[in-house]
Order: sequence, then structure tokens, then C-alpha cells
Amino acid sequence: FDFHGRRMATCSSDQSVKVWDKSESGDWHCTASWKTHSGSVWRVTWAHPEFGQVLASCSFDRTAAVWEEIVGESNDKLRGQSHWVKRTTLVDSRTSVTDVKFAPKHMGLILATCSADGIVRIYEAPDVMNLSQWSLQHEISCKLSCTCISWNPSSSRAHSPMIAVGSDDSSPSAMAKVQIFEYNENTRRISVEEFIPRRTSSSLGAKEVHLEEDLYDKKLVLIMLMYLTIFFSANYMDNWKCTGILKGNGSPVNGSSQQGNSNLSLGSNIPNLQNSLNGSSAGRYFFTPLDSPRAGLRWSSHTQLLPPPPPLPPLVEHSCDADTASLQYPHPRRRYLSQPLNPLPENEGV
Amino acid sequence: MEELDGDPAVTLIPGVNSKKKQMCFDWGPGEMLVCETSFNKKEKSKLVPNCPFIFIIRKDEDVYSQILRKLFNESHGIFVGLQRIEEELTGKSRKAQLVRVSKNYRSVIRACMEEMHQVAIAAKDPASGRQFSSQVSILSAMELIWNLCEILFIEVAPAGPLLLHLLDWVRLHVCEVDSLSADVLGSENPSKHESFWNLGRLDEARQMLSKEADTSPTSAGMCRTLGDLMRTMPILSPGNTQTLTELELKWQHWHEECERHLQDGTFTSSPHLETLCKIMLGDEAALLEQKELLNNWYHFLVTRLLYSHPTVKPMDLHLYAQSSLDLFLGGESSPEPLDNILMAAFEFDIHQVIKECSIALSNWWFVAHLTDLLDHCKLLQSHNLYFGSNMREFLLLEYASGLFAHHSLWQLGVDYFDYCPELGRVSLELHIERIPLNTEQKALKVLRICEQRQMTEQVRSICKILAMKAVRNNRLGSALSWSIRAKDAAFATLVSDRFLMDYCDRGCFSDLDLIDNLGPAMMLSDRLTFLGKYREFHRLYGEKRFVDAASLLLSLMTSQIAPRSFWMTLLTDALPLLEQKQVIFSAEQTYELMRCLEDLTAGRPVRGEPDAQRLQDDDIETTKVEMLRLALARNLARAIIREGSLEGS
Repeated sequence: FDFHGRRMATCSSDQSVKVWDKSESGDWHCTASWKTHSGSVWRVTWAHPEFGQVLASCSFDRTAAVWEEIVGESNDKLRGQSHWVKRTTLVDSRTSVTDVKFAPKHMGLILATCSADGIVRIYEAPDVMNLSQWSLQHEISCKLSCTCISWNPSSSRAHSPMIAVGSDDSSPSAMAKVQIFEYNENTRRISVEEFIPRRTSSSLGAKEVHLEEDLYDKKLVLIMLMYLTIFFSANYMDNWKCTGILKGNGSPVNGSSQQGNSNLSLGSNIPNLQNSLNGSSAGRYFFTPLDSPRAGLRWSSHTQLLPPPPPLPPLVEHSCDADTASLQYPHPRRRYLSQPLNPLPENEGV
Repeated sequence: MEELDGDPAVTLIPGVNSKKKQMCFDWGPGEMLVCETSFNKKEKSKLVPNCPFIFIIRKDEDVYSQILRKLFNESHGIFVGLQRIEEELTGKSRKAQLVRVSKNYRSVIRACMEEMHQVAIAAKDPASGRQFSSQVSILSAMELIWNLCEILFIEVAPAGPLLLHLLDWVRLHVCEVDSLSADVLGSENPSKHESFWNLGRLDEARQMLSKEADTSPTSAGMCRTLGDLMRTMPILSPGNTQTLTELELKWQHWHEECERHLQDGTFTSSPHLETLCKIMLGDEAALLEQKELLNNWYHFLVTRLLYSHPTVKPMDLHLYAQSSLDLFLGGESSPEPLDNILMAAFEFDIHQVIKECSIALSNWWFVAHLTDLLDHCKLLQSHNLYFGSNMREFLLLEYASGLFAHHSLWQLGVDYFDYCPELGRVSLELHIERIPLNTEQKALKVLRICEQRQMTEQVRSICKILAMKAVRNNRLGSALSWSIRAKDAAFATLVSDRFLMDYCDRGCFSDLDLIDNLGPAMMLSDRLTFLGKYREFHRLYGEKRFVDAASLLLSLMTSQIAPRSFWMTLLTDALPLLEQKQVIFSAEQTYELMRCLEDLTAGRPVRGEPDAQRLQDDDIETTKVEMLRLALARNLARAIIREGSLEGS
């Protein structure tokens, strides 16, 4: 989703990126589709709208690219199509680029990429009106194949620029872990802290990583996604509980495209993504029978800045059952001199 | 707080093979995107066909139906009103006012319920009809719970009036159910008349009895006795001046009299009348026999209290409630969520009520508003949660956050955030930036809200987003006004540059109105000031105020406001002034102009390899410069002569 939730970008191993717009009536229309790379496109991400309509993509072809939407001719507008042009290609990586993310807007127009050879690169465009000029500001070696990155979204002065990098390196000497790099503007040095989940019996490794700021007490929460299904958790008065599970049923899809949502809306199954007046199980006269009364546990909003979304659910192997063993963090090991990171919660209600 | 247990619900996504592939997702404001993917980042030699769809997962949409929207809107009005009068709520009238607020909320629920009921009846297809009916049920339950909370927590009815309130409470809902079900079923409840005595409306029951007496003379005597008993039953009526003790005494006597009649066998010949007498004595077994007429256990409870403990104290309610529930269910079924909520209320456990309601209802609306009201009644301890907020605020924040996903209800959310002292502001800051600004009107509304609250960063950010969008769409005037509103000097400079480039290309300005009326905003950036002044120059020229125009033009160069790159254009603009019949530029000014020209030409970097185009450009440049030099020289001459002669005379 873009910042406002009105546009969506998708990328695929067919080497293309598609952009979809949501109309007033709530339908999604594909307004652009174009070939972006010469290999599978792993990720696509939006820049903050303060910089305009800008996307970045990264691919197996060892490059990352920055795209900008240009206002087309009126014919195109009528047909509901828009055009995206490539502003720059970042070719520094020697291996597949596995993730690309823009930094929070208060840092300027900054982009980070990570590659399969374990190098994280940070680029900056000094002139936000000229997206073809990017300079490589930092190259960080993680010593592990990287799969995902996440910037610390906090804009408060207390936090210096910080980025989390996840890895799923399954070589025997390495372990799946997440590293957090922090840039100290005074000393101009980058420090790193590591987090290793205790149960690493599965070789899934970190597939997604998110750094979120806990609104209430300003702590940073690190979230890793390491499983095959998606869990929701919600916070009812500071207790995290899993409130829903989405999983594939493996059945073939029927041919029709599902523009409408009646087939897929969760309805009463996962009652709490949004507000609704559905009640719980049958009262004789006042509640109609519905499944699972899981009300009251509400998913937090997509801004990801209010009480944090899923914290670490436990590692799951190939089954989809929630395993309620907890995830422990060892005391983070420091490698270089740095300011102390805010203490990460050790066992946050899981 | 005890754990909320139970397994999470599982939703199946068709077409996604969770055994072989993974899923990726992204959260949006109102929905979630899910699609199948493979996290295996090695390029596959053969492509395994994937599920090609992206799934949009959304909660039920009905929450934003027209009717519920009205509920949200009206309750918002009540909420804000309550916050505002908080300071004025003092002394004796405080309780009365809070009760009034509570009744307002309830009437809003009822209105919504009524409307939805109408829609349910009129619904064309049975599925949506059922859906609406279920909503009606839920609203009805909410009103039931709220009503009880009002009686116990807000009204704080003491023993005596307590029973009367409870009677009203049950009556309201039994009749409601009756009328609702009657409508839906299209038939009349055949035992309605018997339910009159069930609810203590003994007058109507007596009428029935006297009718019966008329029709059947054998039981006339019994009917009359029973009727008398009914008539003489002591109950507390509002405005009655007897004390509780007096009432209790009277009631005791009456009860004993009824007992005596039963013992004496007055009614033995008519089992039906005997049952009635037993019921009036509060005999549980007799009451339970009439189970079908009693819809539910709380109806049973109140009836029981009416006939056996009319002066029940609030403290003791829960004992009778529990036993009523147990007796009524009779071990055949277990209590349901609604039952638990009502029990918690009878136990005066407010936190439990709120918690159970939060679980049973998947909407924050109810608990948020009820908790807020109870908080005003000073009933919630500052139950401090670890993140420093309290229960009331937590619920209000959750409710308000949900409103922001809606394209128009978000405006209500703003007010709720305003009344959350701890985290309301920061929550609002985060949410308000994400509102999609599809129309100018909406943008202005959002900005006004931010400006009223001094949310300068949000104003800046929103204006910047709009300015950027405008620039990309080449709407320079719009971009300029947004940058000014954002107080973004850098961007204003950028847009001004674009304007100037535009002018150079086309020879005229766009958005003249805007530039002419910049006013003090002109000071935001040098470039912007220049733009404004330059336009002023053109205006003066158009009005033939050549002398003023000339001075302005010169000052633009000498004060360094004009960017170097533009000097040539300015000097070229000076040409017509130099060529005028009358002398416009003074000698002094002409010297200045000459100096500027020399400055400009001297500063020219030595061109590299000249190509054809360059040569051509150079030619044009050189010609221009020569023309200027000539014009300046001629003007100088004329100026000197003129000034010389003036001085002379």
C-alpha cells in the first residue's frame, strides 16, 4: 500500500511491476504495468508522498531501480492509465538485491538496499527534485546473506538513524538473525546489535523484519516474521494474543477474478480487524449465532505507529499450528562503540 | 485480569498452498492485502505456477451502513456535549444530568434499532433481512445492558425505587421483544394478557379477573378475593412518602394474608387461581412453571423480587440474580455472554462488565461511550495500564482510530482524540496525515483541523504533499499556494523558479492573480519575493508608470534579489525603457545598469569547444549585449544633458 492506502504496488517473478488505484467506489484498477528488471522482482516499495509518486524496486538481476510517475496525456487519464519512468538504476550490488526500503521522510530522500552477498547499501538523493542523482553514502557488510530490511520509523530526536537487517543464512557457521545498525551522527560511526531467536530448528530464517516504535512508551519493538502462515495479534490492555490465523487451503482458485469482496471478507471469522456491531455467540434472543467471539482484541492500525502489530510469534515449522513457546532474546552483543539502544522488550506477552 | 482464552479463528485463503508456498501481506487503513509468494530467493529454473491473485481481506462492511453511521454521528454529539459540560456538573444536579445523558445515549440506540428494524422487514432478500435482524438484536442487547448499568451505576437506585426501575427495565425489553417478534412473526402473542401480572401490572390483571368473575359465577367469589389481594398489594410508587421500613411492614402483613388464604384453601377449587396466588407469594416453583411466559432469567428474577423481596437492596441483588439464573437455566444450558454481562452488572463489577462487553461485541463503540460516561460518574479507578493510559482513554482511542478508516467518519474521530489527554494528540497527529486527500475541500478541512491544534509539522507535511502533486501536474499556482501555506521556503523557491522559467519560455505569466496578491507571503523566500516584484514591474510598465517601473527594475538587480541567471532578461526588459522618447533612467541609474551589464559579461566563463548551436547562441548574446551597450550609452548621454540643463535653470 502507499502512504494513504489508496494505491497498491505489486511485483512479481514475471519481472514486472504493477500499480493499482482504488476508485471512489472501492474497486481496484490496474493503472500501470511495465517490465522493470531482467530478473524476478523481489520487492517494491513506495516513497513518502512528500517526494511525489515514487517507487523503488529490487531484483534478482542485481539491480535496484527508482521509478517516478509522470503525468500523462489526457487520453491516458481518461483511459485510467499512468506512466512510470525509470529515474535511476543502482548497480553496485554483485548479487541479487533482496530488499529495498526508503528511510523515514525526516531523514530526506534516502534508500537502503540489501543483497544476497550480505551488503547493505544506503543511498541518498541530495536534490529531491532530481531523482536521477543518487550517491552511495554507506556500505555495510553484514557477513551474512540478507533477506530483509526495516528502518526505524521514529522521528524523534532521541533516536538516531537505525536500520534492521534480517538474514536467513542457513550455513552451519551462521545463524538466522537480525542485526540492527545505528548511525551515530556525532562520531560518524555505525554500531551494530544482533538478535537471535532461540529456536532456530527450522531453517526458515528471517523473511520479514519490522522495526516499530511503541507509541506508548517509546520503546522500539522488533518484529520478525518467520513462518508460513500469517498471524494476527492484538493488544488488549497490554497482553498480546494471537487473534487470527490466515492460511491457504491449497484448493485451486476458480476462474473469476474477485473484484467484489463477499467471498473473501472475513466476516465473523476474524471479527476484529475493524469495528463492527456483530455480536458473539448465540444469546437466546439478543445475539444471533456467529462464530468465535473474539471481540475486543483489536488489530492496531496500519500506520504501524500505534500499539505495535504482531510481535514475535514463535517459529513455526511446516504446520500451521501456533506454537506458544516464547521467543527469547539473548542479551544483545555489541560489536562497536555505540550509544545504547533502547532496551528491547524481552518477552513481550507472547 | 483473567486470561482471554480460546483459539484464534482461522480463515482460509482459497488457492494459496500453505504447504508449499508462503504468504506475504501488507496492512492498509481498512483492509489487508495477502498474496502467495515464495521467500526462497533463488531464481527458479522452472516456474511453478502460483496463485495469481491478490486477496483483499476486510472486515464486514456493514458497520458503516447508513443507519449505524447515524448512531455514530449522534452519539458523537452526546459525547462532546458531555465533555463540555463536565466543568458545570456539580452538586445535586450532577447525578440527574448524568442520568439524562445516559438516557440520551439509549434513545439514540433505540432510534437506530427502530430504523434498522424497519429495514429488516422491508428487506427484499432473506439473507440481508437476517443480517439486519441480527443487528437489531445486538442493538437491543446493548440497550438492555446500558439500561441496567444506568439503573445500578448512574442512577444508583436505592432499595425500594430499585425494584421499580428494574420493573421498568424488564417491561421495556419484554414488550420490545414481543412487538418485534410480533411484527416478524405476524401473529400476536397469545399469552400477553398473562404477562401483565408477570410484570406487576396488577390492575390489568384484576380487570381480567373481574371479567372472568362475570363469566363464571362459581369462581366469582374467589376472583373477588384474589382481586382484592391484588389491589391491596403494597408497592412503592414514585412520590410515595412512606419509608422503606413502613413499606416492609405493610408488605409483610399482606404477604401473611395471602399465605393464610392459601393455607385455608380459599382457592383450592380453581387450580388456576391457586397458582396465581402462589405466584403472588413469590413461590419459585410456581413461577418456574410459567417459564414460557418468562422470556429469560432476568425477567424471572425481577418477577421473583417483586413478589418476594420488593425492598431488595442493591448489595443483595447478585445473590438473587445468580440463583435466578441457575434456577431458570435448570442445568440444561450454560450462561451466554449476555447473561455473564448482566451478572457482572448485578455484582457491581464495572470492570468485568466492560471487559465482557469488549469480548462479546466486536465493536468499540459501546464500551467506549459507556466507559466514558461511567468515568464521568467517577466510577472507574484510574486503573493504570502499563502504557500510562487508562481504560477510558484506551477504549476511546481504539474507537476513534477505527473511525479514521472511513472517508467521512474520521471527522468524528478528531473530537474523540481531543478528549484523550494523554495520547489523543499524538494519535491524531499520526492518523491525520494518512487521510487520503482526494479533493481540495477535504484537504482544507484537514488542514484547518491541524492548524486549530497547532500541529505545524502535519500542516507542513500535508501542504508539501499537495504542493508536490501540484508541481508534478504542472499546476504551478496551486503548488505555490501550498508551499506558502506549508511555510516551505525551499519549495517556494523551486516553484518560483519554475514560474520564471515558464515566463522565459512563453513570455507571459500564468496564475497572475496569485502572484499579484501574495502580500506578506512574498517574504517567504528571496526567489518568491523576486517573482512578486518582477510581476509588479510588469504591472507598472503596463500602467505606463515608467519611472517607478525603472527604479524597481534596477533595485531588483542591485539588491541581489534577482538571480544572476535572470539578469539578462531584466536588462532586456530595460531596453524598451531606454528607447523611450523621454528619459526614464537617470544618469546615476544608467551607470548602475552599465555596471550590472559589465558584471554580467565579465563573469561569463570562457566557453569550451564552440559548436554550431553555441556559436549561434553566442551570436545572439553578443548582439543583445551590443544593443544594450548602445542603448545605455545613448540614454546616458540624454540623461546627462537633461540633468545638466535642469540644474542649470
